[in-house]
Amino acid sequence: MAGGQAAAATQVAQAPADRSIVRVENVVKHYPAAGGAVVQAVAGVSLDIRRGETLGLVGESGCGKSTLARLITALQPVTSGRVIFKGQDLSRLRGRRLRRVRREMQIIFQDPFASLDPRMTVGDIIAEPLDNFGLARGKERRTRVQELLRLVGLNPNFTNRYPHEFSGGQRQRIGIARALSVSPSFIVCDEPVSALDVSIQAQIINLLQDLQKEFQLTYLFIAHDLAVVRHLSVMYLGKVVEIADRVDIYEHSQHPYTKALLSSIPVPDPLIERGREPMLIKGEIPSPVNPPSGCRFHTRCPIARVPGVCSEVEPELEPHGHRDQEAACHFAGEV
Amino acid sequence: MTEPILRVQDLRTQFFTSRGVVHAVDGVSFHVDPGETVAVVGESGCGKTITALSILRLVPEPGRIVSGKILFKNRDIVEMDGDEVRNYRGNDVAMIFQDPMTSLNPVTKVGAQIKEAMTAHDRFTPVEAAQRVVPLLKRVRVPAAERRISDYPHQFSGGMRQRAMIAMGLANEPSLLIADEPTTALDVTVQAQVIQLLKQLNRELGTAIILITHNTALVASMCERVIVMYAGRVVEEGPVERIFARPEHPYTWSLLRSVPRVDEARKGRLVSIRGLPPDLVRLPPGCKFHPRCLFKVDRCLKEEPELEEVAPDQQARCWVKMSTVSEETRTAAQASEVAFDVAAEIKKRMRSDAKI
Repeated sequence: MAGGQAAAATQVAQAPADRSIVRVENVVKHYPAAGGAVVQAVAGVSLDIRRGETLGLVGESGCGKSTLARLITALQPVTSGRVIFKGQDLSRLRGRRLRRVRREMQIIFQDPFASLDPRMTVGDIIAEPLDNFGLARGKERRTRVQELLRLVGLNPNFTNRYPHEFSGGQRQRIGIARALSVSPSFIVCDEPVSALDVSIQAQIINLLQDLQKEFQLTYLFIAHDLAVVRHLSVMYLGKVVEIADRVDIYEHSQHPYTKALLSSIPVPDPLIERGREPMLIKGEIPSPVNPPSGCRFHTRCPIARVPGVCSEVEPELEPHGHRDQEAACHFAGEV
Repeated sequence: MTEPILRVQDLRTQFFTSRGVVHAVDGVSFHVDPGETVAVVGESGCGKTITALSILRLVPEPGRIVSGKILFKNRDIVEMDGDEVRNYRGNDVAMIFQDPMTSLNPVTKVGAQIKEAMTAHDRFTPVEAAQRVVPLLKRVRVPAAERRISDYPHQFSGGMRQRAMIAMGLANEPSLLIADEPTTALDVTVQAQVIQLLKQLNRELGTAIILITHNTALVASMCERVIVMYAGRVVEEGPVERIFARPEHPYTWSLLRSVPRVDEARKGRLVSIRGLPPDLVRLPPGCKFHPRCLFKVDRCLKEEPELEEVAPDQQARCWVKMSTVSEETRTAAQASEVAFDVAAEIKKRMRSDAKI
């Protein structure tokens, strides 16, 4: 693994077979809290996001998934560990090289009502990244905006309108057009459909899929529902507890938290639902200021040996179950 | 056959605004049997919540029930006077809302609020009410209930607040509980706990439940019958198994296929319902769904269909009906929306931008 070698230069050595566009290596993020306490929002996460794929990041509120996204897109500095984007260590980039990387990484936000400036026209909203990076001016800027509007299924003559004239789904399309304006290769979709009405969610998911295929985009898709992604990482209290393909994880989840999370999500099929008793987990997610000792899930886990190994030793992510599947559990696969 | 506890007959609730009359509920009829779990589904603005508020006679200004009957155990709610309505609301029917934080009083202790719900309706004396608070909270599985009755709502987590709301709703042993998106604000694991609780209460106490939701998976997991609403109307109704297996209305069909499923490897695309629900002030002629319908015929533009029996216990309001639509037509309805001509242009730009 290249991650173990010290890389003095910004450029990190990469094996030719490495298909990953983003590599997250043991990333930690602490925030100061009241009374000198420390919030361990992300507590040592490693991930690989492969070119052209969608990696889903799922977990309950407060598990650190949005913080991790901000670290990956260099919006906030890591406390320790590193994020490598196309072979470059983000924490070592400055000036022009950082700006260049920033152009390639865009974000689509959860709330299309809060993420568009109400006083800017749609044309200016979509062109703002173009202006920031000095990519187009005058006639070309106008042409680009109109093309982007058409691409996301909006009327190209809407450039002079304001966000309030649009519905939630249309606003999310504007957000997508803005993200695409600077030709990114990697897009973080932070719960892009959870604020939208059901019927509109499908429109946006289909659009994101079509755009990915068309432009070979790589997505990090943050969601609390994992039905929309193929590969996924499940987070709990600042840690990744399981990594797998969705089908493997659904049928053979190795970590008890994944199992509980999956069994909590009902399926729109009454025949399946009738025969199912969800595996409920007790209580709610503990505070990241003072996370439980050992395995962070042991306080809610149905199979934890407490006192014992689960409350004393923190489990590492290790291969379990199917190919490419990993779980961080002393008793993986035993639920 | 058992007598329904609730019968809604040709209900019309309208809002008189400066823009004109909003036809929020436009001739809705349905019933609920004792102990039954019925789902009301549809997008925002289809009339689900206003139907529920009408049943409770809680329609906000400038709205009014303009016609129709709401018979609860054969008494018409629409005709009741103020005292009768108050008595009915507390003792016969209760409602739990989407956001428990805005429905609880932030400056009153949780225990006192539950007690107040009981004494306000004269069902229990203050002493009896005080004795019932802890057992009620235990019934909805609030841990350490004895201690937590003296907490304020902000000291409760989201899931616990929703449990306290449910406890309050159940305080007077209503025979009908209306739950309006009770889990939308909650995380999935907590949602599962609340749904499990509602199912248990339905089984143990025989409380009938109307679940208002846009989440079809929740419907599959806890309801026996489903009512699909669109533009203030019932467009389809029937047993959950039947509707999920063979929906006849294109709206129901699209709604069921618009959500990704966690248990399936995705093959095709999701069905997206193009456009937006209609403006309830200026409804389109003919079938109200026709502007968004993928399978419409000429007749849909002019004449509005009636709700008619399409199978035993199943009713739909559609001239076409999904069982007559071929597989090819259904598949064609899922085509891509991307404008491929501009996509080629943008690709060229992307290549040149990448060099900057």
